[in-house]
Amino acid sequence: MDQFIFFFDKVIIAGSVLGSVYALGAIGVTLIFGILRFAHFAHGDMMTMGAFIAFVLAGIAASLGISAPVPTGFLVLPVAMAIAAAIAMGLDKAFYAPLRRRGARPVTLLIASIGVTLMLQGAIRLFFGVQTRSFFAHEPKSIERIDMSWIGAKRDIVFTQPQYLMIILTVVLVVALHLFLTRSRLGKAMRAMADNADLAQVSGINTALVVRITWIIAGALACAAGTMLALDVSLKPDLAFNIVLPIFAAAIVGGLGQAYGAIVGGYLIGFAETLAVFDWSVVLRPLQPYVPFEIPFGLSIVPTEYKLTVAFVILVIVLLQRPTGIFKGAST
Amino acid sequence: MIRRAVLLYGALFVLIVAVALFSGVPYTTRLLAEAAAYSLIALGLNIQWGYGGLFNFAVMGMMMVGGAAVTTVAHPINPEFWNSAGPMLLGRALLAFLLGALIVYGARKVDRIGITGKWRASVVVLAWIVAYIGYRTQIDPAAAYIEDKSGWVGGLGLPVVLGWVAGGVVAAIVAVIVGRISLGLRSDYLAIATIGISEIIRALIKNMDWLTRGTLTVSPIPWATPLPEAYQAQGVGQIPSLIFARLGFFALVALVLALGMIFVIRAYGGPWGRMMRAIRDNHIAAGSMGKDVKNRQVELFVLGSVFMGIGGAILVSFTQIFDPSSYQPINHTFLIWVMIIVGGAGNNWGALFGATFIYIVWLMSAPLSQMLFGTISDWSQHIGWGAIPDIQSRSLQMRVFVLGAVISIALRYAPRGLIPEVVHKDEDSSQA
Repeated sequence: MDQFIFFFDKVIIAGSVLGSVYALGAIGVTLIFGILRFAHFAHGDMMTMGAFIAFVLAGIAASLGISAPVPTGFLVLPVAMAIAAAIAMGLDKAFYAPLRRRGARPVTLLIASIGVTLMLQGAIRLFFGVQTRSFFAHEPKSIERIDMSWIGAKRDIVFTQPQYLMIILTVVLVVALHLFLTRSRLGKAMRAMADNADLAQVSGINTALVVRITWIIAGALACAAGTMLALDVSLKPDLAFNIVLPIFAAAIVGGLGQAYGAIVGGYLIGFAETLAVFDWSVVLRPLQPYVPFEIPFGLSIVPTEYKLTVAFVILVIVLLQRPTGIFKGAST
Repeated sequence: MIRRAVLLYGALFVLIVAVALFSGVPYTTRLLAEAAAYSLIALGLNIQWGYGGLFNFAVMGMMMVGGAAVTTVAHPINPEFWNSAGPMLLGRALLAFLLGALIVYGARKVDRIGITGKWRASVVVLAWIVAYIGYRTQIDPAAAYIEDKSGWVGGLGLPVVLGWVAGGVVAAIVAVIVGRISLGLRSDYLAIATIGISEIIRALIKNMDWLTRGTLTVSPIPWATPLPEAYQAQGVGQIPSLIFARLGFFALVALVLALGMIFVIRAYGGPWGRMMRAIRDNHIAAGSMGKDVKNRQVELFVLGSVFMGIGGAILVSFTQIFDPSSYQPINHTFLIWVMIIVGGAGNNWGALFGATFIYIVWLMSAPLSQMLFGTISDWSQHIGWGAIPDIQSRSLQMRVFVLGAVISIALRYAPRGLIPEVVHKDEDSSQA
């Protein structure tokens, strides 16, 4: 049973946390692609920026003496999400809208988003330096243990408080998004525009409003994803650059333009990464008496330092075998 | 249009002179040598993006491959490795690799014996797994043995210029594989696929310690021309020796660049260039005219990557150190992209101008922003707000911001670059 607990700790928990971050990021990427038809590379830096906004707000809240049973990072998250959404709209107004008005190709917008990436990176590093920070410098990161002796295990299931909070938060956000997309008028307009922008416009849908809403959702979710990642590990200026590629992988695996596909893709990539670096020798050890050879140590599918490349390999395979993703994605 | 180009190049010359006055002649010679190497890389990207509209974000990967190639070729031989059992173990790993490749190749052909559809797919997947496990069982102990006994495999001790050629050749081989895999994807998918491949290359080179020494870095890599120390041994002063040595290196790189320039300009003007532009502007029409679009694009991709590989090799041999962890998408891939966008995609003189100009902006924005923020910090200290903490290191990051701002401004106000592609009248002038 201990092997199962080990597997649960290392794969199920780690994979769900990583998958939640990827899923929230990928929803933003996929919505922007669905509505505006370009790959938004600056999404990773919007996540980092959101995390830093939350960090500053958490600092302010701590200095005001506000505290709650949840980590301060979660407490300030709604405010941070609102600010990040406003900044996302501002970025669109300043950098993408003029190009769209000129009728630039999606590729030009992609290059513009790289310009935005660089500017955000530069600005974040200018204001916060390059060092690593933690949300938990002034408060403890509480650890939960679930006693599993009732099924005969000697180990406990161990996870931190931010980890289960972020999984709950992801579920809440995803359900809210689902209700918005299927029940509200605006959400339906958004899906209509993703399907066929011209048709949506002639049927009287306010496309400018839909674009604005897209940026609000994408910015808010990026902020939530970035803050969650920073709460789980640590806050670095290049936090999200490494993560923007797995997010794109998740969005493409799910089919670009498909919000539900992005969620599935996010968890798929998250679990694939944790499974690939999981050391199978521990789980296989009890089988030792039954096999004729000795089970070696360190039986992971890929060495740990290649963890990030797993996402790219999946991405490349999906692009080659099924370029539209597992749920048929939009194409330009 | 020619007047504009001449004016811009004149302004560039004035800028270089200003840099020389501002930060000294030795620094400027270094800048020139590196800018020439970057120009070569920019020419490579211009072939891919300007001529063919291929969205290649794997520039960093190609530069790294070139750098690793020159390191292996030019670094002195490591006798400890050759006297150990390392070569034999590596030979076995290579054998396992070839065997694995054979298995996968064979599995892909099982439809010949009547296994098709889902069965064929599962046979292929099984073959991949068998090949991967077989390879890992050989390479893992070999790598551990080499890292333990002799550190790494060492170099081959051959001339550096041969290393540059090797950089181009290895980049070409990688480009054939990458191109065959990913070309044919839509432009934005291609961008993401190539950036992913570039990261895979980086992870491999960074972690294959037995081959590249990984994060331990390799230095010194010999120079192609006499080093400053050689001049100093002849009694030349320190600063003149730096200038002479770097100018010598610059002359060699400029020669390579000139050859590359003549080659690409002739290719652009010829039937080959017209065909490539036809494919770029409308690949469906070009395909229906009988052009083999996919293979032509692979050709273009390989050609551009050769330039990038050589350029990457030159840069490594100039700085004399190969440090895989110093490669960043921002400093390499995106910097080259900004050069092309600002200079003018599709115009080789534009690429040359953009590369030199942006490299100067990139280098000079660091000291300038340090000066600017140092002044602000002094000022805030003066009025009693206190100095801004570690502003010297933080203001260095401004150059990333400057790069982003330059690309945004260029896209907004000069979307076709400062020296745009010249489109002749009889050609269709559709563009973004």
